[in-house]
Amino acid sequence: MGGDKIDVAIIGPGNIGSDLLYKILRRSKYMTAKLMVGIYPDSEGLKRAKSLGIEATSEGIEAIRGRGIRIAFDATSAAAHLKNAPILEEENIVAIDLTPAAIGPYVCPVVNLEGHFDRPNINLITCGGQATIPLVFAVSSVCTVRYAEIVATIASKSAGPGTRQNIDEFTQTTARGIEKVGGAEKGKAIIILNPAEPPIIMRNTIYTLVDHIQKDRIAHSITSMIERVQEYVPGYRLRLGPIFEDNKVTTMIEVEGAGDFLPAYAGNLDIETAAAVAIGENVAKRMVKAGGGG
Amino acid sequence: MSGKVRIVDTTMRDGSHAVSHQYSIEDITRISSALDKAGVYGIEISHGDGLAGSSIQYGWATHTDEERLKAASRVVSKSRITVLLLPGIGTREDLKMAIENGAKIARIATHVTEADISEQHIRLAKDMGLEVMTFLMLAHMEKAEKVLEQAKLMEGYGADVVYVVDSAGAMLPDDVKKRVGLLKNKLDVEVGFHAHNNLGLAIGNTVAAVKEGATAVDGTLGGLGAGAGNAPTEVLTAVFDKMGYETGVDLYKIMDAAEDIVRPLMQRPQVIDKSSLILGYAGVYSSFLLHTYRAVERFDVEPRDVLVELGRRKVVGGQEDMIIDVAYELSQKRVLEGGDNEGRVDQNRQDRG
Repeated sequence: MGGDKIDVAIIGPGNIGSDLLYKILRRSKYMTAKLMVGIYPDSEGLKRAKSLGIEATSEGIEAIRGRGIRIAFDATSAAAHLKNAPILEEENIVAIDLTPAAIGPYVCPVVNLEGHFDRPNINLITCGGQATIPLVFAVSSVCTVRYAEIVATIASKSAGPGTRQNIDEFTQTTARGIEKVGGAEKGKAIIILNPAEPPIIMRNTIYTLVDHIQKDRIAHSITSMIERVQEYVPGYRLRLGPIFEDNKVTTMIEVEGAGDFLPAYAGNLDIETAAAVAIGENVAKRMVKAGGGG
Repeated sequence: MSGKVRIVDTTMRDGSHAVSHQYSIEDITRISSALDKAGVYGIEISHGDGLAGSSIQYGWATHTDEERLKAASRVVSKSRITVLLLPGIGTREDLKMAIENGAKIARIATHVTEADISEQHIRLAKDMGLEVMTFLMLAHMEKAEKVLEQAKLMEGYGADVVYVVDSAGAMLPDDVKKRVGLLKNKLDVEVGFHAHNNLGLAIGNTVAAVKEGATAVDGTLGGLGAGAGNAPTEVLTAVFDKMGYETGVDLYKIMDAAEDIVRPLMQRPQVIDKSSLILGYAGVYSSFLLHTYRAVERFDVEPRDVLVELGRRKVVGGQEDMIIDVAYELSQKRVLEGGDNEGRVDQNRQDRG
């Protein structure tokens, strides 16, 4: 491969890993999907990758060494990522971490990617965080946000076993992300699983309590932030608001996925894979510009 | 008929919805003390939406869960202080705080199809030596077999009692019998039942549950609670006494607690008004009622239309933000159509099949 694209790997050939692969194959300008890493030879995800012409290995993380991979997306689990991360760092591979391991800084591409390009490890927070933090930030960038509370409602079918077995991780990590990345002094996150059929599209309500409310500036900031998120998640839509009541701002959005590999209702998963690819794309672009292509 | 039935009083948890979570510490102290003296098995104290429920979404409480638990712990000696936790809202940290402040029973609640999000909380409570009662909420939305499948998950995680929870007050006695009866037959652990009175069946349904083998039931003093309220604890006490069940509750003391302490705190009469009736009829989470009243004022729409639409969309517990969404949408529709909304309820009935 010439100097115009960066070779990347995906670790974890599950639904998330497969969606990442589809997104990179279909739309990436600066990344070449080179390798899918799994641990089970019978994995459907590995077979799928092979059928798409991608090299797939069931030999685990060690197989990533010495192949010229520069960026790896980790879609395994927090425990697995803790083991994978040192190996990736040894190999000088930038890790984009979709697990809750949070070794690296929390990053939301439209908010704080700028400050983290050179990090060896970047964490995606949570799906609810990726969907709501941009709007908390939109408000906090024009006035002081004393408190931000988000309610993420997702289709039961889109919540995998990892989320279900450790739902506290979602609420706690998202709340921290609202504070650290969203810019709220205090954050709270609530997640609701709705089993309705057909599955519902991800819904998010973002409440903020602010000082010196400036309606026009907040409304404008929210509108432009939604447009920026739409650049990588076209199905990110305003449903209602912002509604202003005293010092409270309420905004509701829905997130429809691109339907690459994951179903369109699973906007919660799509926004996370889309954000990961957006981060990868930016990191790869800088690598290419620095003259370090594959 | 004979046997034992344990009554958990939830005046200071589910009842808290009806006072918009505004109990004072003095209220908590007086109610806790009276319940303890009357001899109820458990005294549940938490925000209406469980530990850490105090929020914009569910309403701010005057005091923290910790302050309320501390106040109750000072006056409760026989009864067991009980807390509710909804995974997705509260976390294990909140549960640990409650245990440090005297909680002896943890109730872990999920929507009827989502039992597997409760594992980490059930296990923590068991490991810390608590009795664990689990809730399958809005149990009317699923058939008995599905309720059993989910109940078995909770049993496997360590629940001591699994409750069939009629959060919408939508069940008829036969619905209760099917669900409670199947669980009683197929589970090794005890079965509980939690009623709401939106169809006027809170007592009748609780009796039906106990006759099917439920051994733990919930009530509130004076029936104070979300929607048309809960099964009144004092009435349950009298009814079970007449049926020959032992509850350990002193009838006069519990009647006095309802009449002298709780009734004066009621902000509105605990009756089946038209909106509460619609909750039961359309199968909507009872605590949506007061949030709906607030939303209809802002958007000038009919509360019944909002509740029926929420039922049609199959919203689950915790989705209070959908009330604003629906009220807004109905107000926009009315502007566009310029007509009124008569007949919508009947249409909905067809939809529900």
